Amino acid sequence: MALDFEKPLEEIESRIGELKKLNEKSDVDFDTEIAALEKKLRSTSKRVYSKIGPWETVQIARHPERPLLRDYIQGLCTEFLELHGDRCFGDDQGIIGGFATLRQHRVMIIGHQKGKTVEENIKANFGMASPDGYRKAMRLMNLAAKYKLPIVSFIDTPGAYPGLEAEARGQAEAIARNLTDMSTLPVPVIVIVTGEGGSGGAIGIGVGNVVLMLSNSVYSVISPEGCATILWRDGSKAPEAAAALKITADDLVALGIVDEIIPEPVGGAHRNMDATIESVGDVLVKHLRRLKKMSAKRLIDQRYDKYSKIGRYKKK
Amino acid sequence: MAWFRKSGRKQLETSDSDLWTICPSCSAHIYKQEWEAGLKVCPKCNHHARISSTERRDLLIDSGTWREYAAHVTTSDPLLFSDAKGPYKEKAAAAKTKTGLKESVLTGDGKIGGIPVSMAIMDFRFLGGSLSSGCGEKITLTAEHAGRHRWPFIILSASGGARMHEGIISLMQMAKTCAAIARLNDLGVPYLSVLTDPTTGGVSASYAMLGDINIAEPHALIGFAGRRVIEQTIKQKLPDDFQTAEYLLEHGFIDHIVNRKDMKEFLHRVLQYGKRR
Ligand SMILES: [Zn+2]
Repeated sequence: MALDFEKPLEEIESRIGELKKLNEKSDVDFDTEIAALEKKLRSTSKRVYSKIGPWETVQIARHPERPLLRDYIQGLCTEFLELHGDRCFGDDQGIIGGFATLRQHRVMIIGHQKGKTVEENIKANFGMASPDGYRKAMRLMNLAAKYKLPIVSFIDTPGAYPGLEAEARGQAEAIARNLTDMSTLPVPVIVIVTGEGGSGGAIGIGVGNVVLMLSNSVYSVISPEGCATILWRDGSKAPEAAAALKITADDLVALGIVDEIIPEPVGGAHRNMDATIESVGDVLVKHLRRLKKMSAKRLIDQRYDKYSKIGRYKKK
Repeated sequence: MAWFRKSGRKQLETSDSDLWTICPSCSAHIYKQEWEAGLKVCPKCNHHARISSTERRDLLIDSGTWREYAAHVTTSDPLLFSDAKGPYKEKAAAAKTKTGLKESVLTGDGKIGGIPVSMAIMDFRFLGGSLSSGCGEKITLTAEHAGRHRWPFIILSASGGARMHEGIISLMQMAKTCAAIARLNDLGVPYLSVLTDPTTGGVSASYAMLGDINIAEPHALIGFAGRRVIEQTIKQKLPDDFQTAEYLLEHGFIDHIVNRKDMKEFLHRVLQYGKRR
């Protein structure tokens, strides 16, 4: 699936495809034409992706073929022992988690799970978790604390689920509780934003010693569409809002929220899933090795300092 | 307002707004003096109107004991944000002029019936009581101040949620303030949350829900997601009492609904149990 701004590439790609088919069927040789088009594709691709703005990045971050949590688990873990339920109400599918062996490191993985198909998406509520999801995540994180396992939290959500049942069961309380309890976890917490970091739904499992972002992911207090509707009184001004909100990985590093950006292949993670997953694995292992050497007290203090520094008031 | 006495006609035109307050909930006409004496609570329907942070402080803190803390903190513009209506900087400056406040929360310490406490009082008049870097900083500094003195900490919330104009920095204030609350918990310092109308979005999903005791004013709107967003998502109408203090009490998220006039006495009663011993 090509995004709007990728249309010029899609045209060249389909032309190449047609010529390749003709090449097989007919006696005429199209090799020169194909080579020329492939060259054009490379230069066009360079041009298209070098000038993508925050709004295009939002499109890539939401790309339906982008790798999801289960892809990362499958690509990086020799074992994943999924654990279920919040012990209060149910087993939300918007957030999943469990024991995992990530390149020889035993860890607890939690994270948002979107779906690839309509059925999967309905089951996972499009990655919008309910209070049960946040409580399940906290239950697993507390278990990780007990077993002294590092926690890796994958963020990819449009936001916490806005529903009647979610409110009735305390969406606000569940997120608030996680923010508090995550701040004192005695084990390493690595947070990685792989797609959409949607507001309270993201930070609800996002308090870490280190926060990583894929280069085409976004992290924001409100969706660009929501912000445009409120502050521009016009949802179609989402591109303007996306720029004003400063939601790209580069912005977040500059603002001191994100510690490291994991580069994606040209065009986005979905264009080369294996390469993306490998890079994510390399960076995770690097931080796991470093954080595992830190004492519980240092981990807690470092996490506290990281957040108390954000928005610290400086006299002008 | 001496001028209107000059003409009987003018007096008729202005008397409504000068002598009477119309209850925003039941539309009853309340004699203004009665309205003020009743702490802006409707005698007919018990609607608790929004009041300022200084009014709340004066209702709760023993007179002469208040000392403002972290008063130097004011708004910042970390994103250099601008929207259709212009720069956030100008919007913040206008809010300061209008309210005489420097941020959406008033912080300090004082005594409640002789018991020393630290307090953060949000003010809805200042950009909808939004949680910003300045607001998060004031609350965090005051919580740390409370922790050093082992004084109980009380937050009175009144907020529409995070301040969009500060983007991700405002979102992170949820984590920052909650970490400060966690430290108070570790120290065994009491933390009480009073939720007033409205307490929604990022404030409901952080410190407001985390009191050792959560107390709400009657009929206060309390919830995470906006009513319209939920109705659009689930495509059904929500019950009338949805996201009210009463609804939250019924669902187990607050301990008590307390009338404004009784709030000080109620806090004092609770504080007796949280005394250091
Ligand atoms: Zn009334």
